[in-house]
Amino acid sequence: MGTITIDGRKVEFTDEKNVLSIIRKAGIDIPTLCYHSELSTFGACRLCTVEDDRGRTFASCSEEPRDGMVIYTNTGKLKKYRKMIIELLLAAHCRDCTTCVKNDNCNLLELARRFGVGEVRFQNYREERPLDFSSPSIVRDPNKCILCGNCVRVCSELQGVGALGFAHRGSEAMVMPAFDREIATTDCVNCGQCRVFCPTGAISIRDNQEEVWAALADPTVRVVAQVAPAVRVAVGDAFGLTKGKSVMGKIVNVLHRMGFDEVYDTTFSADLTIMEESAEFLDRVKNGGTLPLLTSCCPAWVKFVGEQFPDFKDNVSTCRSPQGMLSAVVKEYFRDPEKAEGKKTVMVSFMPCTAKKMEAKRANSYTEGEIDTDYVITTTELIKMIRTTGIDFAALESEASDIPFGFGSGGGVIFGVTGGVTEAVIRRLAPDHSKETMDSIAECGVRQEGFIKEFSIPYDGMDVKICVVSGLANARTVMEQVKSGEKEYHLIEVMACRRGCVMGGGQPRLAGLKDKGARAEGIYKADNVSVVKKCDENPMIVSLYEGFLKGKEHKLLHNETFCSS
Amino acid sequence: MLEQSYFRKTDEIIEHYGRKASSLIPIMQDIQAEYRYLPGELLTYVAKEIGITEAKAYSVATFYENFSFEAKGKYVIKVCDGTACHVRKSTPVLEALWKELGLSKKKHTTDDMLFTVETVSCLGACGLAPTMMVNEEVYPSMTPEKALAVIEELRGRG
Repeated sequence: MGTITIDGRKVEFTDEKNVLSIIRKAGIDIPTLCYHSELSTFGACRLCTVEDDRGRTFASCSEEPRDGMVIYTNTGKLKKYRKMIIELLLAAHCRDCTTCVKNDNCNLLELARRFGVGEVRFQNYREERPLDFSSPSIVRDPNKCILCGNCVRVCSELQGVGALGFAHRGSEAMVMPAFDREIATTDCVNCGQCRVFCPTGAISIRDNQEEVWAALADPTVRVVAQVAPAVRVAVGDAFGLTKGKSVMGKIVNVLHRMGFDEVYDTTFSADLTIMEESAEFLDRVKNGGTLPLLTSCCPAWVKFVGEQFPDFKDNVSTCRSPQGMLSAVVKEYFRDPEKAEGKKTVMVSFMPCTAKKMEAKRANSYTEGEIDTDYVITTTELIKMIRTTGIDFAALESEASDIPFGFGSGGGVIFGVTGGVTEAVIRRLAPDHSKETMDSIAECGVRQEGFIKEFSIPYDGMDVKICVVSGLANARTVMEQVKSGEKEYHLIEVMACRRGCVMGGGQPRLAGLKDKGARAEGIYKADNVSVVKKCDENPMIVSLYEGFLKGKEHKLLHNETFCSS
Repeated sequence: MLEQSYFRKTDEIIEHYGRKASSLIPIMQDIQAEYRYLPGELLTYVAKEIGITEAKAYSVATFYENFSFEAKGKYVIKVCDGTACHVRKSTPVLEALWKELGLSKKKHTTDDMLFTVETVSCLGACGLAPTMMVNEEVYPSMTPEKALAVIEELRGRG
């Protein structure tokens, strides 16, 4: 508690942990490349340096606020420092900005513009290093790394994986996996959070746009799209629309214009997932199966279990993910020569997630020897594809997704946020769909704040203990408690990314805290306006089970074997 | 793959210092003292045993010049290139050794695993500059000729 004076104006503070947060609160966007409120303070970039009334300079991210402090954030000395820091960073940086994949939201480039760095007077003495294309999800370009350490910290602190680290020292320091191995050979779970926190093009999404354009241009191919729940709330603001508002109708329209023959909705298969997963859950509970049941929708989490907690492989639900289910069902549907009309079907899935690219290539993502999902396009790539077309996205009319796989319940939509899968399961188990029932489910604890949510619900005379986790470091904590017997649950839902898929590794970055809330809110709003709340009341699902799917449930909706990658 | 005896020895060392993150450096030092280098496989093993990530262990091991992932020769020659030795012409000594043994800035150890040549920043014997150390023995006031004579003698010893 107290007051500090920033650039001559008094600003009150309460429990802010550093001077930087107070400066930001005062409406001054003090530059940083390595500070992030959700990570430990690193103090590497020195851009947030401020000056006090005695001319002493210090990094505001690493300084605790004291009552009566007087600081200046924009003196001549500071401006000179900052410009010099950027110039030095640029000097040791591969400056192919015109063709860099991150040039539309690169923090380094943005700061260079902001400080008017007009020339770089120093030579780059760093040895050129090869790019790492080993991962299906991310690409590492060490020549663009500025050593901010964000990826190292997010991987170990938020995700509990620690696949990346600093190596060597001084001018030879570099970020790399142990022994400079390829990232695909490490414990990396492909979540892509490193790419979200990377301020430059050093870590980027493995791009598959070209393959999709090629499929769209091929007249012998039927190109089918599926769009995940979290995608629809993260596209709009790139085109000047309200942050977090669902623009599914416009996405369907733009995909049709691009040439997609069918556009389906992953919420449909989220409903399938709930049908299958709740049946599996009840079966395990009633017949003494392996518990707790661990959700299987998130491929980064599944890989994490396989590598870090292999004893729990049998706990992972055998259900394919919504992406896997819909792709398998669609491919099977068009395998019928009458429906195929002589065309080959290519399935493109639009996901908020980089790990889905890995899931699509997993050995158990094939049916009858054919890959289920041909290409996975992240939200970030989708935005680029829309820009390529030049279509005025904001002005597009809404279109409905195609039948028969284009309609999902509200329970399917909320898969995009942490707790959504669980809430949809509880809805499935609920006897009715009245507003009171839905509201009481929403308030049972599944939507509470926090990254580890524990609660129980009554079902059939028993107390069903549930834990909903987001962020793999939190998942590790929970799993260790389960392993030691300290905690017991019937069901554990895990999403690798904190707050769930809305904050996935394939979503547009530079989200900021406001967007985090906005995207989740958008998902819940989309649920509110959905006519059908429960998967078992989705008429398309009911008719699918009675018709086409009969006898094929296991083949299309479940994994024969556990595969972590 | 390393022989099982390496892992047994490493287990002993880990037991001695305790299974905790802060034991990393002493464990690595003891392994290096035992084998004259730090085998990468053992680093991975140690990281797992003391509960840190492999990337973290690698980070620490590469930070310190002292740790080497390459097997070193029987005779480890440290040529001092600290300020005092440098001005009293340590560079010709180093170059003479490199030339004689077919080594370079990148290649430190001879193929017959007899010699490793590395530079150090100061041996703390500036009065004897330029100095050189072979394993634990200090050689004062070196010249290229004297250094080559030392090599001859060591070769004789085998």
